[in-house]
Amino acid sequence: MSAVVFDHVSRHFGAVRAVDGVSLAIEEGEFFAMLGPSGSGKTTCLRLIAGFERPTGGDIRIFGEQVADLPPYKRHVNTVFQDYALFPHLNVRDNVAYGLMIAGQGKKQRHKAADEALEMVRLGGYGARKPSELSGGQRQRVALARALVNKPRVLLLDEPLGALDLKLREQMQEELKGLQRQLGITFVFVTHDQGEALSMADRVAVFNDGKIIQVGAPEDIYFRPDVPFVADFVGSSNVLPADLVARLTGQSRPAAIRPERLKLAETGPLSAQVIGLSFLGLTTRVSFQAEGTRLTALLPQDAPRPAKGDTVALTWAEDDLHLMRAGA
Amino acid sequence: MAQTDASLVQSRNEGLGARLSDTLWRRPSLLLFLLLLPPVLWLGIIYLGSLFALLLQSFFSIDHFTGMINYEFTLRTYAELFTPANFDIILRTVLMAACTTVASAIIAFPIAFYAARYAKGRWRAVFYLGIMMPLWSSYLVKIYAWKLILAKEGILTWALEGLHLNWLLDAYLSLPVVGGNSLSVSVTGTFIVFVYVWMPFMILPIQAALERVPTSMLEASGDLGARPGQTFRHVLFPLALPGVVAGSIFTFSLTLGDYIIPQIIGTSRLFIGQAVYQHQGIAGNIPLAAAFAVVPIVIMGFYLWGAKRMGAFDAL
Repeated sequence: MSAVVFDHVSRHFGAVRAVDGVSLAIEEGEFFAMLGPSGSGKTTCLRLIAGFERPTGGDIRIFGEQVADLPPYKRHVNTVFQDYALFPHLNVRDNVAYGLMIAGQGKKQRHKAADEALEMVRLGGYGARKPSELSGGQRQRVALARALVNKPRVLLLDEPLGALDLKLREQMQEELKGLQRQLGITFVFVTHDQGEALSMADRVAVFNDGKIIQVGAPEDIYFRPDVPFVADFVGSSNVLPADLVARLTGQSRPAAIRPERLKLAETGPLSAQVIGLSFLGLTTRVSFQAEGTRLTALLPQDAPRPAKGDTVALTWAEDDLHLMRAGA
Repeated sequence: MAQTDASLVQSRNEGLGARLSDTLWRRPSLLLFLLLLPPVLWLGIIYLGSLFALLLQSFFSIDHFTGMINYEFTLRTYAELFTPANFDIILRTVLMAACTTVASAIIAFPIAFYAARYAKGRWRAVFYLGIMMPLWSSYLVKIYAWKLILAKEGILTWALEGLHLNWLLDAYLSLPVVGGNSLSVSVTGTFIVFVYVWMPFMILPIQAALERVPTSMLEASGDLGARPGQTFRHVLFPLALPGVVAGSIFTFSLTLGDYIIPQIIGTSRLFIGQAVYQHQGIAGNIPLAAAFAVVPIVIMGFYLWGAKRMGAFDAL
C-alpha cells in the first residue's frame, strides 16, 4: 500500500496556485524527496500531508485513509520543521517527550523513551539542557528525536539541513539516510538542494510552479531529464535548443548533455568559443559560446586546457546527448 | 607618495567637533560615561532619592496631640497599618487589584491573540488606534463618562429597561458587597472602570509576547498530537506568560496606587491611594502616608518573586 497518495491535489491562496493538480504516490518505507526552487509548491505539499494546510481540491490519502478533514493532531505523521520549532520553555527531554505526554504516558515512561530517542540521535546526556544551549546541529537532532519518538508512519522533513554548515550537512545526510534504513519509516524530505535530494532519496519529485515536472530515481532525474527545466535545475546540464538539435541529429527536440561529457577535439559537430575558465580543484570549468547557446564543460585537470578566446570543436558520445520533451 | 599620504590621513586642520569625535572614538568609556551621566543623575538622585526620602519618613511617627512629626526611628507607624481600619484598606485594595488584573488578562488575551496572529496591514493600524486612542483622551473625562454610563439614570439602566432586563441589574445590585444603590456607587463600578482604564497596559505586552511565538511552534504542538486546548496550555500560554506578567505588573501596581477612580466611582470606602492622599494632605500624617506607600512596593516585590519562582520569566 502506498504511504501517501495525492490525487489531483490543489491548494490555491487567492489567485496563487501554490499546488496545482498534483498527483503522486509515495511508497511505504521509501525515502522520497521533493525538490524544487522556492515557491514551487514543495513545502505546501508537505504541509498538506501534515495537515497544516487543507487542499482546495483533490484527495489526499495516508495509508488509504482520507485525511482532508483530519486535523494535524489526528494524523500519524510527524514533522521536522525547518526552524526546528523546539519549545524554548521546556528542556530537551521534555521537548522530546512532548508527544508522549500529550498521548497520556506517565512521566517515568516517557522520560525513558525520550532518553532512548536522544541516545539514537547521539545526544544522550543532553536531556536536562535547554534548546537555547545547543548548537544548530544538536537542535536539529533534538527535533528529529522529538518526531521519531512518536513512531510516526510517515516522517516529514522540511528543509531540515538548510541552516547547517556544509560539513555538518553532509554528515547529517548520511545519518538521516542511515536512520531511515534502520527504522524503515517513510521519509518525505523537502529541499531545494539538488545534491541533497540526489544523494539521499530513493525517488525524487521535481517541482516547478506548483506542479510535479518529473518523478524518478536520482539517476533518471540526473541523466535522463524529461524537460529542459529538470536538466537545468537538477543537473546544471547544458540544454541545447530544439533548432540546434535538429541540425545536429535531425530531431527537433531540446536535448541535454552533462558538462562532464563534453569533450574538446580537433574536429567535432559543434564549434565553440571559449569565454571563461575557472579552476574548481578536481576539474576546470570551461564556458563556451556556441551558435548563440552557452555551454559548460568540466575538464579533468590532466586534459589539455584551452585559452580564453580560442575557438575549439566540441564532441560527445552519441548516448550522452539526451533528447527531451519540449515544455517547462 | 605625498599624494597617497594626503588621501589616507585627512587634513589636520579640523574643527573642534571633529577633534571631539576623534577623542570619543579613541576613548569609548568616556563616551559611555557622558551618555550615562544625565540619566543616572536623574534616576539616582531625583527619582530614587525622593522615593527613599519618602520611605525614610515611614520610620518616623506623628505625635497625635501636637500633630508634629517625631524624627526618631520607630516601627510604630508600620504597626498602625495593621489596625483593623487600615488593614481593611490594604486588603480591599489588594483584592481589587488582583480582580482587576485577572479580569484584564482574561479579556486582553483573545484581543492580543487576534492582533498578533490575524490582524494584517490596515486592520492592524485600526486595531492599534482602537487600543491606544482611549489613552490619549483625558483620564478624568473617561472616568466621568463611565460615571454617567453606570449611574442610576444612566445609559446602561436605560438600555436594560428597553430590553426588559432591568430586573437582572436590580438582582445584581441587591447582592451584598458587590452591589449597591447603583453601579456607579458600587464596588462593581470601581472594578469595571479599573479594568477599562488599564486594559491597554495588559493588551500590548501580551501582544508583544505572542508575536514572538513563531507559528511553527504551534504547528509543532499540533503535529505532536496536541489539540488546540492542549497547545494553549502547554505551549502558547507558557510562552505568553512573560507578557501576561508584564501586563499584570502594570494593572496590579496602577490599581494599587490609584486614588481618583475609587473617589469618583464606587463606595466611600478607602483604597490605599486615597489613604496616602488623605494622610499626607489633609491629616498631615506624612509618616503614615509613607508607610501606606511602602505597601504596594512590598506587595509588588512579593508578586515578582512569586512570578519568577513560578517560571514566568523562563521563556525570556
